[in-house]
Amino acid sequence: MTARIHNPVAIDTVEHAAATPAMPQPYAELGLAADEYERIRTILGRRPTGCELAMYAVMWSEHCSYKSSKIHLRQFAEKAPHSDALLVGMGENAGVVDLGQGWAVTFKIESHNHPSFVEPYQGAATGVGGIVRDILSMGARPAAVLDPLRFGPLNAADTGRVLPGVVAGIGGYGNCLGVPTIGGELVFDRSYAGNPLVNALCVGVLRRNAIKLAKASGPGNQVILYGAKTGRDGIGGVSVLASATFGAAGDGGGDAAKKPSVQVGDPFTEKTLIECSLELFERDLVAGIQDLGGAGLACATSELASAGTGGMRVWLDRVRLREPSMAPHEVLTSESQERMCAIVAPADVPDFLAVCEKWDVDAVVIGEVSAVTPAEADAGGRLVISWHGEVVVDVPPRTVAHDGPVYARPLARPADQDALVADAPSPARLARPAGGAELRGTLLRLAGSANLCAKSWVTAQYDRYVQGNTVLAQPADAGMIRVDESTGLGVAVSTDGNGRYTRLDPYTGAQLALVEAYRNVAATGARPLAVTNCLNFGSPEDPAVMWQFAEAVGGLADGCLALGIPVTGGNVSFYNQTANTAILPTPIVGVVGVIDDVARRTPTGFRRAGDVVLLLGATSDEFGGSEWAHVVHGHLGGRPPAVDLAAERLLAELLVAGSRERLLSAAHDLSDGGLAQALVESCLVGAIGVRLALPGDLDPFVALFAESAARALVAVPSSSEPRFTEMCRARGFPITRLGVVAGDAIDVQGQFSIPLAELRSVHEATLPARFG
Amino acid sequence: MTRIGVVTFPGSLDDRDAARAVRLAGGEPVRLWHRDTDLAGVEAIILPGGFSYGDYLRTGAIARFSPVMGSVISAAGRGVPVLGICNGFQILCESHLLPGALTRNNHLHFICRDQRLRIESSRTVWTAGYQPGAEIVIPVKNGEGRYVADRDTLARLDGDGLVVARYLHGNPNGSVADIAGITNPAGNVVGLMPHPEHAVEALTGPGTDGLGFFTSVLRRLVPA
Repeated sequence: MTARIHNPVAIDTVEHAAATPAMPQPYAELGLAADEYERIRTILGRRPTGCELAMYAVMWSEHCSYKSSKIHLRQFAEKAPHSDALLVGMGENAGVVDLGQGWAVTFKIESHNHPSFVEPYQGAATGVGGIVRDILSMGARPAAVLDPLRFGPLNAADTGRVLPGVVAGIGGYGNCLGVPTIGGELVFDRSYAGNPLVNALCVGVLRRNAIKLAKASGPGNQVILYGAKTGRDGIGGVSVLASATFGAAGDGGGDAAKKPSVQVGDPFTEKTLIECSLELFERDLVAGIQDLGGAGLACATSELASAGTGGMRVWLDRVRLREPSMAPHEVLTSESQERMCAIVAPADVPDFLAVCEKWDVDAVVIGEVSAVTPAEADAGGRLVISWHGEVVVDVPPRTVAHDGPVYARPLARPADQDALVADAPSPARLARPAGGAELRGTLLRLAGSANLCAKSWVTAQYDRYVQGNTVLAQPADAGMIRVDESTGLGVAVSTDGNGRYTRLDPYTGAQLALVEAYRNVAATGARPLAVTNCLNFGSPEDPAVMWQFAEAVGGLADGCLALGIPVTGGNVSFYNQTANTAILPTPIVGVVGVIDDVARRTPTGFRRAGDVVLLLGATSDEFGGSEWAHVVHGHLGGRPPAVDLAAERLLAELLVAGSRERLLSAAHDLSDGGLAQALVESCLVGAIGVRLALPGDLDPFVALFAESAARALVAVPSSSEPRFTEMCRARGFPITRLGVVAGDAIDVQGQFSIPLAELRSVHEATLPARFG
Repeated sequence: MTRIGVVTFPGSLDDRDAARAVRLAGGEPVRLWHRDTDLAGVEAIILPGGFSYGDYLRTGAIARFSPVMGSVISAAGRGVPVLGICNGFQILCESHLLPGALTRNNHLHFICRDQRLRIESSRTVWTAGYQPGAEIVIPVKNGEGRYVADRDTLARLDGDGLVVARYLHGNPNGSVADIAGITNPAGNVVGLMPHPEHAVEALTGPGTDGLGFFTSVLRRLVPA
């Protein structure tokens, strides 16, 4: 046993703070503005103690308080479409949606961008761990993970450091948890060179009557901290890393000085924490629960208290430490991973501790819910934290957790926006391929390009099989898992985002991310239900970035309203920039859908020779922000593809109805790279070719490579063609018969033919050639 | 109904999958806990995939000393069928129920893919239902699946027909002689790196080629 080192002289108690009002405090170093510090003094009627200052600093950080984004995010609630399926909306650890048959699904996406740049393996690993705990804390078994990723150029030196580390971290952690990774994205662009994006979405499954909430109610109930011991890792993670801009990049080493702010994960501990928690839930031993993530105990205690009765007493010295010399403010703000905080009725405490003992999980009662006077309730409750008998925190928790500062940051359309939009990719501006040989070459070049090539080098490092319920996984349009083995009830999930589109028009770009994810879910036969989003942007202190953000949120909120699917939660990640250069604005949208029987899911790949290949939707000359313009010309300008939300709804209806009536043998959404890329993927996934003629009314280049939205490629058995065609005509939805599934080549009549073997070698060689 | 035990160690991941496979094959899965020494009268035992005890120190090295493994080792000695899948195979090697060891994949990455195998031996209780030489496709997923053994052991495995399955069309981890699974001379203990429990339903796996491991042992255990 190590004796705890305790130096009372160094402890700044409430009493001491009241007696020393003029003592200078390092609020600026902790990321607080002068007026924010003054506000804390006003709330408390004295200067804060060191512990209180640390608590306010992390909880009022951009990452935790959403102080710059809040006024915009309100639109998600104000414009939320009515949904009978919504059980828990925004504001909780994750949203919960009703699936029917007594089942519910909870899901949320988060970012771990800055930690993953500083320390790719641990940054990405703990990103997965954090979102999995969010889902667990809703009372759900984590059932699937998706990872949207953005990196600098494929061939940039630092990408060789960051990408393999991130992928190994996601795999190293996720594979040990027994949660399958079923989808995600991998996109390269130079704007992410000094600021990669590592987002992670987790889906959890639970009975709809078993939802757990993060609130500490019922005076006398005990506060139990369980899981890993608390150490010095991750201190200041949310304020130092997530809420600040990094300096100039390119030294290839991340930012070594910030490494101590990155948490270190232990997936084995998380796995036992998951199983232990699920047993605690099943035995109904938990009255309220919150995971410990950003801002650690400072966040968990203040949020639980603020959302509950309002009062909490915590004996901080009871927290089990990895390093006995830790000071109380470090214990409060440590972001050590694999910890949960539960509110437990006193009578249940022995059983609770016994379950923890069964799973070899450390657990200790650190506090209790306390009653508050009406006056205290009005002031925001009362959270009292002591350290070896001395009170180091005495604050109204609501002022810490929920009533932080809110800013209406200035917005300004970027100075270069008009010029960017005016620089359209017209034939005069960008030379287009003409004739079969050039079109063939363009198709191959795109199919092997960084953003469109096969991603199996990455996805093969993730376990997609564990739990035995994975029905669809990458490279399918959406991942799909079975929820109920007896009925076949399941959910489909997709994440999408396009930074180039969003740069050209943030309102439309965000909607394009939404409609792509929506379309991907529908392509599998599932009915889209709800939305989560991870909004990755530059510094909110830059008016141009704030304009992008406001536009994107507006587009997303309006789009969700029109599609009838509510936003249930998400995450904002600001300060994604290197010095003064922001990343491409990158809202990532996750859509979850329900399917009553996973046996009828529509796969992405073509399956049977003789099936008829149909193109659904209208194609226009739309190349602004396209992969073709990016890969062939390094060009970004013009307008992104137009969004037609009514058409997206119709298309989704057709794809779901086609699946329900079992008319479709394959379906694939059209997005990056257009029809050509959809053909490449459907043929290679299915290992069978296609013979087709391009529509006569379109320029062949436009037909193949335009990125018009609201389109999908489907294959139907010839016996089903009349019925499906009639369904499209009855809805007035454009449908074009392209050809048939056949042979072992993509054969575009009158233009070119590419053997699948040649196509596959080009499509699959890119990542292995770079990363080995 | 024939009862087959599935052991859960802390860090086991595919225990519920193995139990499902037993059920789909027509058996009754029985959950066994790592701290228990009582095997609850099961007639066969599966050590599932995962990262038992975090696989700290060395894969399977800590699990080998768990209370349940003492009972498993003596049951195996009495001829009770034991199948170790992935981490289970690693535990069987650490327990010396099978020779050799599983080491880090030669390419140093975790790999998850559908893998073609050839069943080399139908003489084990777990593979009796397969034709010798049958080719099957089941998932492989591991970071430390490269089978290694000394030359004498390899010669004995080959000579005595103790190699149960070999990788075809590409060795996923650098295993010596493409070895994917082996058995003991009695044929009741089998270790397999790929995952037959993930190929028991067409809906959720590459096919149903893995079901034969579970139906084989059930057929053997059913009283005539």
